[in-house]
Amino acid sequence: MVALVEGRPPAADRDRLDGARPPRARRRPAAWWALTPFAVYVLLFLAVPCVVALGTGFVTGDGRPSLSALAALGEPLVLRAFGSSALVSGITAVVGAVVGAVVCWGLTALRSDGLVRSLVDSAASVLAQFGGVMLAFAFTATIGIQGVVTQLLLTRLGVDVFAGGVWFYQVPGLLLPYVYFQVPLMVITFMPAVTGLKPQWQEAVATLGGTRREHLLRVVVPVLAPAFVGSVLLLFANAFSSYATAAALISQGAQIVPLQIRAALVSETVLGRENVAGVLALGMVVVMVVLMTLYSLLQRRTERWQR
Amino acid sequence: MTPTRPLAAAAALTVLALGLAGCTAADAAGADAASGTAATATSAEDLGGMDALIAAAEAEGELNVIALPDTWANYGKIIDAFEAEYDITVNSDSPDVSSAEEITAAENLAGQDTAPDVFDLGSAVTLANLDQFAKYKVATWDDIADDHKDADGAWVHDYTGLMSVGYDADAVPEPGTLDDLLGSEYRGKVAINGDPTQAGAAAAAVQWAALQDGGSADDVSAGVSWFGELADAGNFLPTDPTPATIASGETPVVFDWSYNNLAAAADAGGRDWRTAVLPGTALGSYYNQAVNVDAPHPAAARLWQEFIMSDEAQNLYLAAGAYPVRLAAMTEAGTVDQGALDAVGEQPADTVQLTTEQTEAASALLAGTWAQAIG
Repeated sequence: MVALVEGRPPAADRDRLDGARPPRARRRPAAWWALTPFAVYVLLFLAVPCVVALGTGFVTGDGRPSLSALAALGEPLVLRAFGSSALVSGITAVVGAVVGAVVCWGLTALRSDGLVRSLVDSAASVLAQFGGVMLAFAFTATIGIQGVVTQLLLTRLGVDVFAGGVWFYQVPGLLLPYVYFQVPLMVITFMPAVTGLKPQWQEAVATLGGTRREHLLRVVVPVLAPAFVGSVLLLFANAFSSYATAAALISQGAQIVPLQIRAALVSETVLGRENVAGVLALGMVVVMVVLMTLYSLLQRRTERWQR
Repeated sequence: MTPTRPLAAAAALTVLALGLAGCTAADAAGADAASGTAATATSAEDLGGMDALIAAAEAEGELNVIALPDTWANYGKIIDAFEAEYDITVNSDSPDVSSAEEITAAENLAGQDTAPDVFDLGSAVTLANLDQFAKYKVATWDDIADDHKDADGAWVHDYTGLMSVGYDADAVPEPGTLDDLLGSEYRGKVAINGDPTQAGAAAAAVQWAALQDGGSADDVSAGVSWFGELADAGNFLPTDPTPATIASGETPVVFDWSYNNLAAAADAGGRDWRTAVLPGTALGSYYNQAVNVDAPHPAAARLWQEFIMSDEAQNLYLAAGAYPVRLAAMTEAGTVDQGALDAVGEQPADTVQLTTEQTEAASALLAGTWAQAIG
């Protein structure tokens, strides 16, 4: 295992695989200019709005700089919201990752240029982006109070899914819609790692007298582990930052952080909390930066085996 | 309605008004001069009378309103009536935003011709944003009691509803008291219009529950714990009711202002939607009118104030089940729409309206306890 994680493919092997790419030394500097429009775009539409939004957390209503809003991060309600956000993101990330990984494993049994494989690939790409109000509406029409499935269960089987209260419009109600877009995202991010597993490795294990079990435990699991954990982190971040689906489903209590930000911005009964929204956004950015840093570290480990 | 009639009337009025404005403004630049001063006029008199105001407003030709849903207190008909009366196009933007967002829109759009001209605001937001309003007193100002208006004319109360329970008579029995709603026949069926920590109407639902359930205007915690009981009983439905959810049957019981519940009946897609104002203390809350100090159409904004405070628009509020602020004066003068008043019923004498301090205390309490109570 140690050798696998720390070792690098032999130089000859690398050269052969990298043959299509130009060697580093001969990179043409002029090509970098082509990134300028993208850099400007990122600056104007990501960096600047981000700084401006975060900045609102540090000025009072009448424009004086202040750190007073930071205290909001210690409020029990805000802490609870961060807790609920983490819980929803954690559950849906793990469930999505496990289900998605099983799907990926199943896909390896199919021809990589086959019809089913390309159907699943394109479906995953589309469904991973199917979120927001449309998704909330789809679930409301399916398992909302007047939803088709809810009503079928009630009238045909006598099962009332909301007997203990209408959980669909609260935090538990987010789990199903979130898993709906987490699974395809897992398929997209995890599939390259699974296809990176080379049949030659299994042959090598067999040649050296290893069993299938040893191949699984000492090759497959160590090689896929960083990719799997990285994907879980990505899924966690994806759910953590989701807003529109939750906003369309939950109208009471603002239990997760993005809804707390909405409440601070639009409330007509509790006034003067606009800067709290900026501070909450800062809290979210900190969480995201930590997650994404870990993700990119793991991603480096993962890519080692995908060349 | 034939479209030519109001147009012709408007044209005639414009000609007349232009002529009059020309007379009163003597040798000044007529309507143009009047329009120039509209932004600072504190009454129609400042512009040389109502006709000059109409002329200046029609010269602007447009009015931007915000946060006025067609189904809210008859605003759809009120806007239609305004457009029929005057040669002015009403641009109704973002009908579903909150009072706080109205102010944000005015700040963000200041200086642009899409900024809102007028506001329809809850009291808390009104009193926190006095700098955003131009002072203006309508012709019917003296009909309005002193505690319903700002002494300087920055804002004026316009209409109030009573907090009520709307229900689908085919789905649930009529609630006779608040505690009836805790029964098992209301399981998963009772919604309120918004989150009380964000929406004024929802906060009022909690305040009303407090008044009905042994609390007081000074301490609404009884209302929070009543909704806690409702949630524990599995009866609380934590979704945002809209005319669509009422029509689909998703929200069979809704706490909301009486005018909203009455309006929902017409839109309920064949459901037997009824409104119950329970016995015991009634709760009202006036909405305020104000003119944006940066209004892109200052004359039209002022004419809108005159119009919604006129007998015609005040009767339209009443027809929707909202009690207009000039109701007493209109009853006295005999200009009230008696049929509408009979249908809505007299305004209960013991209607409570929370003071600013009480509203703030209630909001602070809700901010700290609501999520926990219903979670």
